[in-house]
Amino acid sequence: MSKRIGKPLLIVFFLALLATPLVIKHFNARSESTRSETNGSSALARYGFQLEESSKSAGINFTHQTPTFDPKLKHIMTQVAVVGAAVSVVDFDRDGWNDFYVTNSGEGSRNALYRNQGDGTFKDVAADAGLADLNSRETGVSMGAVWGDYDNDGYEDMFLYRWGRPELFHNDSGKRFTRVSEKAGLPQWINAGTAIWFDYDRDGKLDLFIGGYYSEKINLWQLSDTKMMPESFEYANNGGRKYLYRNLGECKFEEVSEKLGLRSNRWAFAAVAADLRGTGYPDLFVANDYGVSELFFNDGGKRFREVGNETGVGYQPKSGMNASLGDVLNRGHFAIYVSNISEEGILLQGNNLWIPREGTSGDKLKYDNLAREMGVELGKWSFGAQFGDLNNDGHIDLYLVNGYVSDDQNRSYWYDFAKVAGGNRAIISDAKNWPPMDSRSLAGYQQKRVWLNDGAGKFIEVAQAVGVRDIYDGRSVALADFSNRGVLDVVTANQRGPALYYRNTVNPDHKWIAFELEGRSSNRSAIGAQVRVFWNGLQQVQEVSGGSGFCAQNQRRLHFGLGKIEQIDKVEIRWPSGKIEVLAAPGLNKVHRLKESA
Amino acid sequence: MTPEVSTSPTLPDAPEAPGTPDRSFVDGVKWFFSFENRFLAPMLITLILLAGQLSFGFLESYWKTSLAIVTAMFLELVLGRLITGKFPHLASAYISGISIGILVRSPAIWPYALCSLLSITSKYVLRVKDRHIWNPSNFGICALLFLAPFSVASLSIQWGNTFLPMLVVWVLGSLIIYRLKRFHICLTYVLSFAIFSALRSSITGHPFLAEVAPITGPMYQLFVFFMITDPKTTVKSWRGQVLVAFCVALVEMILRLNEIVHAPYYALFLTGPAANLIEIWWNSRQRPRAMDFEGAA
Repeated sequence: MSKRIGKPLLIVFFLALLATPLVIKHFNARSESTRSETNGSSALARYGFQLEESSKSAGINFTHQTPTFDPKLKHIMTQVAVVGAAVSVVDFDRDGWNDFYVTNSGEGSRNALYRNQGDGTFKDVAADAGLADLNSRETGVSMGAVWGDYDNDGYEDMFLYRWGRPELFHNDSGKRFTRVSEKAGLPQWINAGTAIWFDYDRDGKLDLFIGGYYSEKINLWQLSDTKMMPESFEYANNGGRKYLYRNLGECKFEEVSEKLGLRSNRWAFAAVAADLRGTGYPDLFVANDYGVSELFFNDGGKRFREVGNETGVGYQPKSGMNASLGDVLNRGHFAIYVSNISEEGILLQGNNLWIPREGTSGDKLKYDNLAREMGVELGKWSFGAQFGDLNNDGHIDLYLVNGYVSDDQNRSYWYDFAKVAGGNRAIISDAKNWPPMDSRSLAGYQQKRVWLNDGAGKFIEVAQAVGVRDIYDGRSVALADFSNRGVLDVVTANQRGPALYYRNTVNPDHKWIAFELEGRSSNRSAIGAQVRVFWNGLQQVQEVSGGSGFCAQNQRRLHFGLGKIEQIDKVEIRWPSGKIEVLAAPGLNKVHRLKESA
Repeated sequence: MTPEVSTSPTLPDAPEAPGTPDRSFVDGVKWFFSFENRFLAPMLITLILLAGQLSFGFLESYWKTSLAIVTAMFLELVLGRLITGKFPHLASAYISGISIGILVRSPAIWPYALCSLLSITSKYVLRVKDRHIWNPSNFGICALLFLAPFSVASLSIQWGNTFLPMLVVWVLGSLIIYRLKRFHICLTYVLSFAIFSALRSSITGHPFLAEVAPITGPMYQLFVFFMITDPKTTVKSWRGQVLVAFCVALVEMILRLNEIVHAPYYALFLTGPAANLIEIWWNSRQRPRAMDFEGAA
């Protein structure tokens, strides 16, 4: 090439390369600003729903507090005492209205059980129910609660997990709760990060999975030394052990994790169970902080087999902080959503949306991470997320909360965090090597994400437009129809912040259908029951869950948005027992309450 | 004048192969670990890649790393042919590509290709006195960290939970770099980093181990073995090289005290070209004087 022409051309090419990121940024910013300009009634017209933060008018007045651990951790206390705000939805008194429970974590702070009064307001009845005063240095402090009717008496019982002593509370006919932890044979101390109810052996009795975060040998109020941090930012194996409590009936449980192959000391932060392979048995997915996710295939209730690497979900280590399931493509298969950390220019792990690969199933099931392609990858320092059809258009959407430590807004801990996080085991695992936080923020004040599924394989971020503008340090989110209007409202639990209640208003032209299931030969909570709704050549599957997201549990009721249709083709219900029932063209815009046939 | 571009990180104009059939085995081994073996540095970086990937799976993905490597090598071929009129040796482009494939962290695919394109193009565009002055991958990574932080970060994880893979790479890497006669650069930098860590610790009050922690990660192995030792973008004299390595660590310390997360990349980005420009200027002064002297003689 002639040098006279070649050199200028080369310079132009070089400048074009340098300009490429700026062009990409410009186009991204333009499409985002167009969406955030929409609000109020225009959001309802454009996106089919809007959310209004209504905790004050609903009588919800709850602020999460954090514990104070051993003075040896004083310099990084806000980083260690960083979780504990959790929310779980339950109709504990069986009055047909969804209630919810929020946990607190400061020593002496109180948890709250908000009873739905059916008029748009809630009343905290935790003290009367015996579920308020549950946080102390001696017992440990709450991290979350999950509800399941372990004795099949028709009332949802509560398992409370702490960094401390786990507790099982029996629901006495929706009036009071009785502590039955010793009778159940629960351990004295677990620094639990997650717990879920599921009937892994399909014997009709709910079993309990608990995932440890810090090692169970550690008492955070009385540290023998400071070597209690993860030994690696992405390959840590010094977390808490796993527990699987098999329900023997009569409030007796047997710990069978080792026997069934659930062996792991990763730092579990979230778990969810569902039948991913069509075997009838629930498989178990665990999202781990400081490491890879784990997927345990359930071999007939006899054994669990870890297949994370084989299936693709356990290949790349990240900071897993959420596990939720949703049929995002209306193909009748569950995708798994795992949240991680994304901070511009520093750490871009990206969240994972694991979609089952077409043509794979059963033991050969493979997943591909399509978070980027579908637009749900970057959620900042992400925590809890839940799938649900927020605008009843027939495609499930995704609500994500985020934010790690919001403190001094002008001073960041990111540099010091990144400095030590990349260090060797001997350095990172010892808390005394971590520089003091000194009231600095770390990934704080972050804007939440509400991703709207467009039904064509993309999610669009509309949080600001539809009214979600809080920037608290979100941990846990749960979706439920609190007003029996056929719409999903949102409750979020925020670390060192208030519990928020977002009331949803949805375009009334969009139809919906919901199912409340009660098992007979299956567990009475019907946890594990799958419902498939078929319409317009589409199908959507949902499963009754004993816990999902981050330290959260959605309503037991399964809610399907349907869009502007007149009828659906059929509904297929597969109970945990294996029985299948089919409803032909059931009525729309109503909750169908179904009992498993005898 | 046809521009001379880097074709190998060690000795661009070195002989291609062991050569004569009567070469003994010992000579062969000696050659293998010699300054003349153009494949030694590529082999070392491949070893680091394999050690990291096979023991802990530290790559973002095989595809992204492959894309970075293939893009760098392809562009090197194209630009080399167009600008110099001949096909260049691809060792340098391979090292740039593999460094980018390991060091760039992005959920997107485009930064891997763009970083390779920027790195290789910079060698042909940013030249003074027919010499490129930035280490190519350092330039590409800094450009993206600065221009595209919304989509790009850099490798910040460690070698799993054990010292072993790290130790293997440090020992083998040091041996190879020693044979390549550039160990003094690495040693100066590492010692300077340790001393400046102690100094930073005394200034900030943070534990010494916190300050020294970054150098225990794989990012620094690539940085120490490949970026600061790149023959084409380092000064020529032994003393100059030692001084520049010290200055890189010094600038890095200043950046770290200002809490710049990507301090090592930016330190080399600032120091390397400055040193090269000083050397070019110094040499241009020396030549006329030498010619004057010769003329006088």
